[in-house]
Amino acid sequence: MKTASGFNSLEDASGASQSLVPVRFDGQDYMLPEGANLAASLLTAGVSVFRNAPATGAPRGPFCMMGVCYDCLVNIDGITQQACQTSVEANMNVCKPATPADLNTEDDHA
Amino acid sequence: MNTNFTIIGGGVVGMSLAWGLLKHGHTVAILDGSDGSFRASRGNFGLIWIQGKGAKAPHYAKWSRLSASLYADFADELTEATGIPLGLEQNGGFDYHFSEESLQKTVQSYERLKQEFDGDYPFEILCGEDLRKEEPTLGPDIVAGILHHDDGHLNPLKLLRALQQDVQQMGGTYLTNRHVVDVSKTDHFTLTCADNETFHSERVILAAGLGSRDLGPKMGFVAPLEPERGQVLITEKLPRMINRPSVTARQVDEGGIQIGATNERVGYDDGTTIDGIAFLAAEAIRTHPFLAKTKLVRSWGALRVMSKDGLPIYQQSQSMPGAYLVTCHSGITLSAVHGKLLPSWFDQKNDAPNLEKFSEDRFRL
Amino acid sequence: MLDTELAIIGAGPAGMAAAIEAANCGIASVLIDEQQSVGGQIYRDVERVAPLRGAMLGQDFLDGLPLAEGTHSPLITHLAGAVVWQVEKDGTITCSVKDQARQIKAQRILIATGAIERPMPLPGWTMPGVMTVGAGQILLKQSGLIPNKAVLIGSGPLLYVLASQMLKAKTPPLAIIETQTMGDLTKAMKHIGGALRGWRYLLKGTKLLSALKMGGVKRYTGASNIRLEGEGAVASVSFQCGARSHTIPCDTALLHHGVVPNVQISRALQLDHHWDAQQACFSPSLDEWGKSSEATIFIAGDGAGIGGAKAADLCGRIAALKLASELGKLDEENLQQRAAPLKSALLKENAARPFLDRAYPPFKDAQSPQDKTIVCRCEEVTAGEIRKTIALGCQGPNQLKAFLRAGMGPCQGRGCGLTISTLFAEQTGKSMQEIDYFTIRSPLKPITLGELASLKQKDVERLF
Repeated sequence: MKTASGFNSLEDASGASQSLVPVRFDGQDYMLPEGANLAASLLTAGVSVFRNAPATGAPRGPFCMMGVCYDCLVNIDGITQQACQTSVEANMNVCKPATPADLNTEDDHA
Repeated sequence: MNTNFTIIGGGVVGMSLAWGLLKHGHTVAILDGSDGSFRASRGNFGLIWIQGKGAKAPHYAKWSRLSASLYADFADELTEATGIPLGLEQNGGFDYHFSEESLQKTVQSYERLKQEFDGDYPFEILCGEDLRKEEPTLGPDIVAGILHHDDGHLNPLKLLRALQQDVQQMGGTYLTNRHVVDVSKTDHFTLTCADNETFHSERVILAAGLGSRDLGPKMGFVAPLEPERGQVLITEKLPRMINRPSVTARQVDEGGIQIGATNERVGYDDGTTIDGIAFLAAEAIRTHPFLAKTKLVRSWGALRVMSKDGLPIYQQSQSMPGAYLVTCHSGITLSAVHGKLLPSWFDQKNDAPNLEKFSEDRFRL
Repeated sequence: MLDTELAIIGAGPAGMAAAIEAANCGIASVLIDEQQSVGGQIYRDVERVAPLRGAMLGQDFLDGLPLAEGTHSPLITHLAGAVVWQVEKDGTITCSVKDQARQIKAQRILIATGAIERPMPLPGWTMPGVMTVGAGQILLKQSGLIPNKAVLIGSGPLLYVLASQMLKAKTPPLAIIETQTMGDLTKAMKHIGGALRGWRYLLKGTKLLSALKMGGVKRYTGASNIRLEGEGAVASVSFQCGARSHTIPCDTALLHHGVVPNVQISRALQLDHHWDAQQACFSPSLDEWGKSSEATIFIAGDGAGIGGAKAADLCGRIAALKLASELGKLDEENLQQRAAPLKSALLKENAARPFLDRAYPPFKDAQSPQDKTIVCRCEEVTAGEIRKTIALGCQGPNQLKAFLRAGMGPCQGRGCGLTISTLFAEQTGKSMQEIDYFTIRSPLKPITLGELASLKQKDVERLF
């Protein structure tokens, strides 16, 4: 779900011209500034939950922004990556990484 | 401190024995090493593995199968006492083959074992659709898989933790940072640690893994043990991708895919090498191609405790009666027999298992 | 495999300065960094950002500009977006660039991987919306983002720096909730002599504080019993100051109580480390030039012991000079001559440290968290579970890792290692030195198995 962002962007205000490119996150389409930090761009767009912790499913989002904590892990085109260490590229397909909990749901369908 | 038994070594082997002895009413103290000791129990692959074992030593195959058959009860007892689920699955395991040739060779040796067990050696060969139905993530290079129904796996770290907790709940004394350097016997045993602290007990079991190699000869054992390094990988946590374990990969109860293992004779070096872990990654991808995009989270090396012939040793000391050596490389697979059957062997009860073939006589020729 | 005389890991102030100094001595280096542009965390993306909002970020940020520009030397190869995941004593560095393995073989290695924020486990700290003050700074510097309704929690000058930058951008924090007490300040006053020698820092601090006061930013000091509250995301922070309880609604809570050396690489190399009681962290043991217990491996900057950006720059240059002399590019006389002013500047630079370390100590409640608080964020392990397992007779951090998985997740213990060693020391009465730390192994950061497999040279024997 898109929500109002908890952040003000100075770059918008300063009119810094970066071209916007489409990025998909969990099935929703966003227009994000090309080359910008992916975690920061998603935060600006109002995404606060990036993944669910594998053991309890608790929601998590960016914490350290410097590649240390791994709480901003997302799945980008099939590979789990740190959003805070990734630059926005056009047509990235991003989603929350699958967790072992997802296995139970699959079993239910079986 | 004076106990019926002192066990030197607090890995899965030592703790399984302590657990069994406490169940039989003995008082037990366990003297364990430090955080930096070589610990096979902390680095192993977690298989309860039957297929292929003891192809040249049927008594070992039988002993391993006996343990596998006792595991469900053993695990239940531990979980009930500690609240720690062990992630035990005994739904069979696969041995995959990339060529007809290696498949035929393996099947021949299994057929011989089948005869030893009077036909009771439950394996089957799956290929093509049948195999992919069981394991949809297998790659196209695999021509067949041997499914052995006795095989299984569990979380070996939870096993160790449950043993350690239950041993203490039953009144066992578990002490760490105790490096036993000498054992002597008068009317009782005296164990001396590196810092000169001493412990006394009626009987002593040496279950110190590679540490038994140095201490063994002082207690009248041959203890011909060598380290064999295994490098192991584990990936990020995933939904269920692999149903049954193989020696190449298994999905652990927490979701990670564990990939093993190298066999290297490199002395007391438990590090990892790029050559080693890259090889494991390539093999795993060939088996399960989806792994190419999966993230590796950790790698580690651990040292197997290998006797000269790879088989366990169960031996009472001739020069120091009341001292025993227990050592094996498959501490996980054998944990159930160690906990449930060895106490009566120590106490020479009527129902004691016959372990003569595992004695050190085989090294004294 | 790329061959080089010198590989520098980390392009922050220490790494950039070292590369430039080495180039001045005629040494070609490879400067490896995870980010796409040089600057590290303190000077993040400085060349792009300085013209955009340099004035708001201040001179301390702009100081990074000449360093960044200096790295465009033909003798410096900047390997950008490269995640180092293995370093070997023979000088082989393996890193990942866009999921492809790259290897570098260096005659000498300088580790300049800086600091990470001291873990600050508090109730509710894993919720979305809770971040570190360092994260807040990075968002502001690199992306121009400022949280609308933020509180800053913890201790140390970085809180004031960020708060004043936010104030300049007309989005001040709702409050600064500080954990240091008057007692800490009294203890620190014994070291005021040193701080006076480093008077610039004191002056800077005083200026920051008066600006915050002028701007109407509310400060609470001596806060305790801090809890982050909310359902699924942080909605408020509650705490106590003396007998009074406070609750402040917020969207973002930024935590900080100091930084500690990032020792992942030096630990993985099994270099000597020691417990630094004053800074309450493990640091690699180094000689006056930054040489580690392995003769070909040097460490400079905050990763060698916390000193800040200016000290890191000086340490980087000092190490580079020594490396130049060892690589035969500088004679002994020139080495001493060129190093002398740098060394005396470093002394002056570090003079305020004893005062700062004592005036802004780590928050005790976060060093020894409540039982229900999560310590290991990756595996969701609580302080209570850790205490219970230590009581079981667990020998040390590595056995604990095996039993509880704390430290086994993707962050490799970066976020919980120090807390776990501290809990061990507290419960067993042993020293931190004796408890020590997790054994760190490669990959230092997760990599795809596909990338790893691409390095396969030969089959390794396998049997079962």
